[in-house]
Amino acid sequence: MQTKIASYFGRRRNWTIPYVLYLALFVLIPMLLIVFYAFANNEGELSLTNFRKFLMQPEAMNTFIYSIGVALITTFLCILLGYPAAYLLSRMDSARAKLLVILFILPMWINFLIRTLATVALFDFLKLPLGEGALLFGMVYNFLPFMIYPIYNILQKTDKSLIEATQDLGANPRQVFFKTILPLSFPGISSGIMMVFMPVISTFAIAELLTINNIKLFGTTLQENIYNGMWNYGAALSLVMLLLIGFTSLINTESNTKAAEEGNLI
Amino acid sequence: MQNIANDIITIEHLSHTFGDKTVLKDINLSIGKGEFVTILGPSGCGKTTLMRLIAGFLKASGGKITIDGKEMTHTPPHLRPVNTVFQKYALFPHLNVYNNIAFGLQLKKMPKEEIQKRVMQVLKMVIMTDYEERDVDSLSGGQQQRVAIARAIVNQPEVLLLDEPLAALDLKMRKDMQMEIKAMHKKLGISFVYITHDQEEALTLSDRIVVMREGVIQQIGTPTEIYNEPANSYVADFIGESNILNGIMIKDSLVSFAGHEIECVDKGFAPNEPVEVVIRPEDIYIFELSEAAQFSGQVTSCIFKGVHYEMMVLTPEGFEFMIQDYHQFEVGRTVGLRVKPFDIQVMKKERHLNTFEGIVVDKNHVKFLDQTFKCNEAQKFAVGTKVKVLVEFANVLLHDNEEEGMLSGVVSFILYKGNHYHITVLTQDGDNIFVDTNDIWDDADRIGISIMPEFIKIENI
Amino acid sequence: MTKKLVTYSYLGLLLAMLYAPIFIIIIFSFTEAKVLGNWTGFSLKLYTSLFQGGVHHSLTSALWNTLIIGLISAFASTLLGTMAAIGIHNLNPRQQKAVQTANIIPILNPDIITAISLFLLFVSIGISQGYTTVVLAHITFCTPYVVLSVLPRLRRMNPNLYEAALDLGATPLLALRRILLPELKPGMISGFILAFTLSIDDFVVTLFTIGNEGLETLSTYIYADARKGGLTPELRPLSSIIFITVLVLLLVINQRAVKKKL
Repeated sequence: MQTKIASYFGRRRNWTIPYVLYLALFVLIPMLLIVFYAFANNEGELSLTNFRKFLMQPEAMNTFIYSIGVALITTFLCILLGYPAAYLLSRMDSARAKLLVILFILPMWINFLIRTLATVALFDFLKLPLGEGALLFGMVYNFLPFMIYPIYNILQKTDKSLIEATQDLGANPRQVFFKTILPLSFPGISSGIMMVFMPVISTFAIAELLTINNIKLFGTTLQENIYNGMWNYGAALSLVMLLLIGFTSLINTESNTKAAEEGNLI
Repeated sequence: MQNIANDIITIEHLSHTFGDKTVLKDINLSIGKGEFVTILGPSGCGKTTLMRLIAGFLKASGGKITIDGKEMTHTPPHLRPVNTVFQKYALFPHLNVYNNIAFGLQLKKMPKEEIQKRVMQVLKMVIMTDYEERDVDSLSGGQQQRVAIARAIVNQPEVLLLDEPLAALDLKMRKDMQMEIKAMHKKLGISFVYITHDQEEALTLSDRIVVMREGVIQQIGTPTEIYNEPANSYVADFIGESNILNGIMIKDSLVSFAGHEIECVDKGFAPNEPVEVVIRPEDIYIFELSEAAQFSGQVTSCIFKGVHYEMMVLTPEGFEFMIQDYHQFEVGRTVGLRVKPFDIQVMKKERHLNTFEGIVVDKNHVKFLDQTFKCNEAQKFAVGTKVKVLVEFANVLLHDNEEEGMLSGVVSFILYKGNHYHITVLTQDGDNIFVDTNDIWDDADRIGISIMPEFIKIENI
Repeated sequence: MTKKLVTYSYLGLLLAMLYAPIFIIIIFSFTEAKVLGNWTGFSLKLYTSLFQGGVHHSLTSALWNTLIIGLISAFASTLLGTMAAIGIHNLNPRQQKAVQTANIIPILNPDIITAISLFLLFVSIGISQGYTTVVLAHITFCTPYVVLSVLPRLRRMNPNLYEAALDLGATPLLALRRILLPELKPGMISGFILAFTLSIDDFVVTLFTIGNEGLETLSTYIYADARKGGLTPELRPLSSIIFITVLVLLLVINQRAVKKKL
C-alpha cells in the first residue's frame, strides 16, 4: 500500500490534483452557487424574479450603466496617460527603466483606502471640489500602474530588429509607430484593459469616499444587497457582472492566457 | 555475436511506444565491456529513446535490458551503473564546477577527502584544473562539455552514455573533442554508448556502429563493415556517398546494371534475381576513353572538394554516376569508367512491388490503405474477398497538391538510383508507399498520392 | 536633448500625480491634528504613540492579524502553487490548457465576485466565518499568481537537469530537493512576496469572509474608520513607515540586481 501511495506521488502530474480540488471547491463551486442563488427566489425555488427586478428597477440598472461609463472613461484615460509612459520607459536603458517602473508600482504598497483618503485630503488642500472629477482622478490614480506595466513589459520585449526592418523598408518614424510598434503592443494594451475595466466597475468604497457618498458604483450595489441579506438579488447582479467579464475576456482570451503566461499580469 | 560473459549490456526484444506510435521495434543489441558503440541515425529514428531506456528515464513497453548481468528493465535510473552526458550538458546552474562534479559522490556519502581527490583527478583528466570554483554559466560550450563528462565519469560507471554530446559545438571544437573522447575511452576502459546523427563522427570514434531507422536496427557492424558492406540501400546512402542502382544478378559473379554486364564477386543469388548494386564514388576509375572502359560517358559537372574532385558522369544509356578522383576531367569530356569486381556490393532487393492487404468492395472497386480505389481487375473476384494488392513503384502518381491525391503523405526518404528517384512516402496512417519517379521532390514535402485503375493488380491471398 | 527633457518631464508629472497623496500622508504624519489636512505644527507624537502602545488596542491587533493572515496565506499558496506548477508542467498539452484556464479565473474575476462567491460558499456550508475563512479565501486568489511565477522557471529549465540528478544516483525525492527546488526558488520567492502583498492589501474579499465576530484586519479597520468619517491619526505614521521601508528595500534590491549584471 505504502509503495502504491509513493508511486502515486512519484508521478509528477498527480501533483496538480490538490490544486485542482482547491480550485473546484473555492472557485468553481462558489461560482456555481452564484448561478444557483441568482435563479432562485427567497424560498429557494427556481425563478427569474431577481432578473425581472434588475430590469424593472431603474436604480440598479442606472448604477450599472453609469459604472460602465466610468470604467470606459477611466480605461481610456489610463491608456492615454499610460501608453506614452510605457513607451518612454521601454526606450530607456533597462536599469533606469526598471527603477522607474518600480517607482510607478510602489504606491500600491500603501493600502488603497488610505491612499484614497489622502486623495480626499489633497483635493481639500488644493480647494478642489469632490465629485465626478475627483472620482475619475481617484480611479486613474489607482489603476494607472496596472495599465503601464503590461504595456511596458510587451514593448520592452519587442524585437528591435522588427523596428529596424520597418525602417529599412522605408517607413518614417510615424509609420514605424503605427505600423509596427502599436500593433505589436496590442496584447499588452488588452491585458491592461482587463486589469482596469472590470475592477473599476466593481470597486466600492473609493467612489463613496471621493464623492461624499453622492455617487456609487455597481460594486457598492452588490455589496449593499449582500449586506442587507438579499443574497439572491445580489447573486443575480453578480451573475450580470460575470457575464460581462465572460464577454470581455472572450474577446481577448488568447492574448490573456499568453500575457499571463509571460508574467504580464504580475 | 559476442560472449555473454563479456557483455556489459544486453538488450533483448526491446520495444517502446508513445501512445499508439511505435518508436522502437524489437531491438536486440549487446554491448561488450570496454567497447565503444555508436548508435547512428537521423533525428526521429529512435536512437535517443533507446539511450533513455538504457539510462532508465523511460519505461520499456516490452523486452528486457540486462546491465552487468542483472536484469534492469524496470530499475529506476539512480540504481543503474550507467551515467549520462546530456546533449545540452544539463549542468546544475546553482552549483559551481566542483559541486557539479561532486554531486554524485556526495549522494553516495563518500568521505570529503576522497571526493576532493576524485574530483581533482577527473578535472585533470578533462584538462579543467583550476576551474573548480567557477560558475558553470561562465564557461564556454566546450568547457561545459568537459565538466559534463567529468561529472559522469567521476562516478566510475560501467557504461557512459553520451547523447549527441558534441552537437552544440562548432566544427573545430568538435574535431578536438572527438579526439579527446576517444583518448578518454582508451584511458578509462569502460564502455561508451555514443548517440549521434553524424556518420563521420560514428566512423571516426566507434568500435561498432548500430545504424537505426524508424525504430528498427538496420545494421550492426564495425565502421569498415558498415562502409564497405552496407546491409541495404538505406545504410549505403546514409553512410558516406554512394551510387545505388537497380540491377539483375545474371548468374554467380555476373551482374547487369546500367545497361552493361559486369563482373562481380557476389554469389548465391537466384538466376536473374533483381538486386541493388552499390558502388562508392571513390571506387570508380575514371580515364580517357579506352578499351579498358566498362562504361563510357560524358562529364556533366566537376566540383573541387578540397582533396579530390567530385564529378558526375552521364552514360549514353541515361545513367548517372558520381565519381571521386584526384584528377580533374572538365565538363563535356568523354571518359571511360571501370569498377573492380571486389568494389561492387550487390544487395538483395528488400522489395519489388508495393503490396497491401485489401478487400474487394464491388465489381469496380477495391479497398486498401483505408481508401476505396477504382480497379479494373476487381470484377474477377467476388465482393468481399480479401486480396493482396500489388502496385509497381513506377505506377504510383504523386501530386504537388495534397487534395489532388486519393491519399496524402509526406516524403520520408529519397534514394537516387542513377536514372530515377526511389521515394518512400509515409501516409497519414503510417503506411509506407514506395514510388519510382523522375520528378524531383524534397524530404518532408507533403504530397497527394493516386493510382490509376489499370495499374492496381490483385491476387488471392 | 529636448527628447530627453520631454521624456523626463512627462514621467515626472505622472509620478508627481501618483505620489502627491502619499506625500500628504507623510507630511501630515508629523503633526498632531486628528483630521488629515490640518496642520497644527511639527510633532512626533503620532510616531511615539504608535510605538508606545498609546494607540487603540484594536489597531495593533488589526495590524497583527493582517501580518499573520498574510504570512499563512503566502506560505500555503506558495506550497500549493509550486506543487501545482510542477504537476501542470508534467501534464499533456490539453490538460495543461484546461488547468491553466481554471487558474486564470480567480485573476480575471474582480474582487467583489470572488468575495460574494466565497461568502455564498461559506454560508451555504455553514462554516462560521473568521480567521480560517479569510485565510482560505486569500489562498484562493493568491495561488494563481504563485503558479504563474513558478511555471515559467520550469518551462525555461533544461528538462535534462532532473534526469541528470537521477542519473548521478539521486532518488526522485532527493533530486527534487537538491535540484528542482533550488532551480524554482526565485520563482517561489517572487510568488511568495506577491501573495503576501496581495493578502495584506486585500480589502473586499476580507470584508466578505471575515464574519462579525470582531476580527479586524488593517483594511477592514481603516474602512470602518473611514465610514465613521475619520482616520485614526496613527495610521499616518504607520503608512509612512511601511512606504519608506518598502521603498528602501526595493531600491536596494534593484541596485544589487544592476550591480550583479555589470
